[in-house]
Amino acid sequence: MTQDKRSWYVLSFEHFEKSLNGLSSGAIHAVRKSAIARFAELGFPTTHDEEWKFTDVTPLKGVEFVPVLSYNSDGLTVKDIEKFLPKNFVCNRLVCVNGHYSEELSSVLSQTQRVKMGSLAEAMRTDGELVSAHLGQHARFDENAFTALNTAFVNDGVFVSIPDRTIVEDPIYLLFISTALDTKFVSQPRNLIVLGKNSQASIVEAYASLSDNIYFTNSVTEVVMGENAIIEHEKVQEESARAFHVSRTQVHQGRDSNFVSNSFAFGGSLVRNDIVATMDGEGSEATLNGLYLANGSQHIDNHTTMDHAKPRCNSHELYKGILGGKSRGVFNGKIFVRKDAQKTDAKQTNKNLLLSDHASIDTKPQLEIFANDVKCTHGATIGQLDEEQLFYLRARGIGAEDARTMLIYAFASDVIDRVHVEALRDRLHNVMHAKLGEGTE
Amino acid sequence: MLEIINLHAGVQGNEILDGVNLKVNVGEVHAIMGPNGSGKSTLAQVLAGRESFNVTEGQVLYDGKDLLAMSPEDRARAGVFMAFQYPVEIPGVSNTYFLKAGLNAIRKQRGLEELDAMEFLKLVKEKAKLVEMEEGLLNRPVNHGFSGGEKKRNEIFQMAVLEPRLAILDETDSGLDIDALRIVADGINKLRGKHNAIILVTHYQRLLNYVVPDFVHVLVDGRIVKSGGKELALKLEEKGYDWVREPVELNT
Repeated sequence: MTQDKRSWYVLSFEHFEKSLNGLSSGAIHAVRKSAIARFAELGFPTTHDEEWKFTDVTPLKGVEFVPVLSYNSDGLTVKDIEKFLPKNFVCNRLVCVNGHYSEELSSVLSQTQRVKMGSLAEAMRTDGELVSAHLGQHARFDENAFTALNTAFVNDGVFVSIPDRTIVEDPIYLLFISTALDTKFVSQPRNLIVLGKNSQASIVEAYASLSDNIYFTNSVTEVVMGENAIIEHEKVQEESARAFHVSRTQVHQGRDSNFVSNSFAFGGSLVRNDIVATMDGEGSEATLNGLYLANGSQHIDNHTTMDHAKPRCNSHELYKGILGGKSRGVFNGKIFVRKDAQKTDAKQTNKNLLLSDHASIDTKPQLEIFANDVKCTHGATIGQLDEEQLFYLRARGIGAEDARTMLIYAFASDVIDRVHVEALRDRLHNVMHAKLGEGTE
Repeated sequence: MLEIINLHAGVQGNEILDGVNLKVNVGEVHAIMGPNGSGKSTLAQVLAGRESFNVTEGQVLYDGKDLLAMSPEDRARAGVFMAFQYPVEIPGVSNTYFLKAGLNAIRKQRGLEELDAMEFLKLVKEKAKLVEMEEGLLNRPVNHGFSGGEKKRNEIFQMAVLEPRLAILDETDSGLDIDALRIVADGINKLRGKHNAIILVTHYQRLLNYVVPDFVHVLVDGRIVKSGGKELALKLEEKGYDWVREPVELNT
């Protein structure tokens, strides 16, 4: 039918349907069916598509990735995953293996009758109404083939529900592990996080791998925030060097809510992150920060959208990239101010450090403003290390290599230090140290 | 300790130093004065190892070694220090963190043990007093958000911590009000000693009221045209630089 394997996924879907054995709930399965139909129409994007102009997914299209349909621990124990967790970290640990929730590897501290966290598959059975009310309602699949593909195979992932007036003190750590399976597989976790009014949580999404094989992660996370809710969300992507990683984070914010995201992209060969914050309540605020570090032939694409839907919302954004070798970065920062969103205040900054002559970055602010009383600023920089600063450090006895490392590190710390979860911040500093130790050429 | 022989240097084919000769012995303080554009700062920066200047002719010997063949960090480790005229701001790198890295690199070169965090902190507090530097500034990013005076003070503070054998102070006095000038000058005087040498590069005689030099040299159009004792600075102040435009032979 086509060259881009869409028929492969349609066939896989038929296989998936059979495996469900009529266990799926009707409403959700109807969504799956329309999602696979939409995926078959859309096919994977090409660089003719404006949203994918700088990111060519041809290498991903060429592989028949097998969807992982059920949970298998693959022999993992808690010990195996310890290295992916910050040290001395008290948290609610929710682990997925190849996209499926693992009861045995997870450890939930803050569960009460009202605070729920665990598997999405389980929640579809026990909290069907709540799940149906939100799943797929925010991360729409009509125009995004990857979201359509994820939605077609919706089966498991993490579900977090925090009721009104509840503060969850311990961070909620979502760990997505890929293992070394015999086949080239795609894991498609689907996460749903729902916070009631006046609630607060800090949530970490971490992606890691125990394998050097080629695999594909295609994740979608929907976050729904009630009035005056507060979330700090961190994403730490440390996929293996040959992995494909496509992720979407879709946030729907109620009145006076505050969403902060710090996104770190370290791993993967071809990476695309989409994060959308829809400020759909007056006085809400969104902060999107990011750090991407690429080397060799890595390609890391960050697309962010600040969707100002209501008046008096503020958005702040700082994305920083460090690109060495022949790596390529893409940053597209969209600020969308709808007609009603008067008194919008939006600020966007993208800074890039190119460490080699062969590294490159495409950076693009994209402002679409339909209100007339707004304040929007944006700026992008691309540069090398500052010669004056290097000389200053060297003139105090610091070696040339150490001086370079010190400056790159300072550039990155600017984002890392915005993470409030202390144990994670320490871990990120360690990851950066190790990465810089490997060299950045 | 330092011997500059017929030094020619410039930037992009534009010659700025046109045959500088200077000899500095340990324990001496030399002032290099001159009008704007005479090459004072170029000389300081060439000695510190700034790569944007090309040396086209001549030689610089430091303890008998070819200074110009050394990297900036090797010069620092061998005891050469330059206080920058325009200290650069380095956001994200803390003042103490970077200074500890520098000091330990220098100590290693000298065959001394590296200082641990506690020992370093003690040293830093002691030296901060010397230049009346607020402790709050120590942990701030290097020069970031510092006032002009604080930046200059930070340079002398670093000099106090690193204890160089040869310090080149590039217009450390310019832009300072009289109180700040006194503090900086006091700091320099406390660091002056039998085992080191200081080169003060300055446009004004003012600093030399507080830090009294052993020798004064006048640099004009890339050459030292006159040398003398501290009284030469006063004469320059009185008569202006035009007085020395006539080149004369240098006696050292």
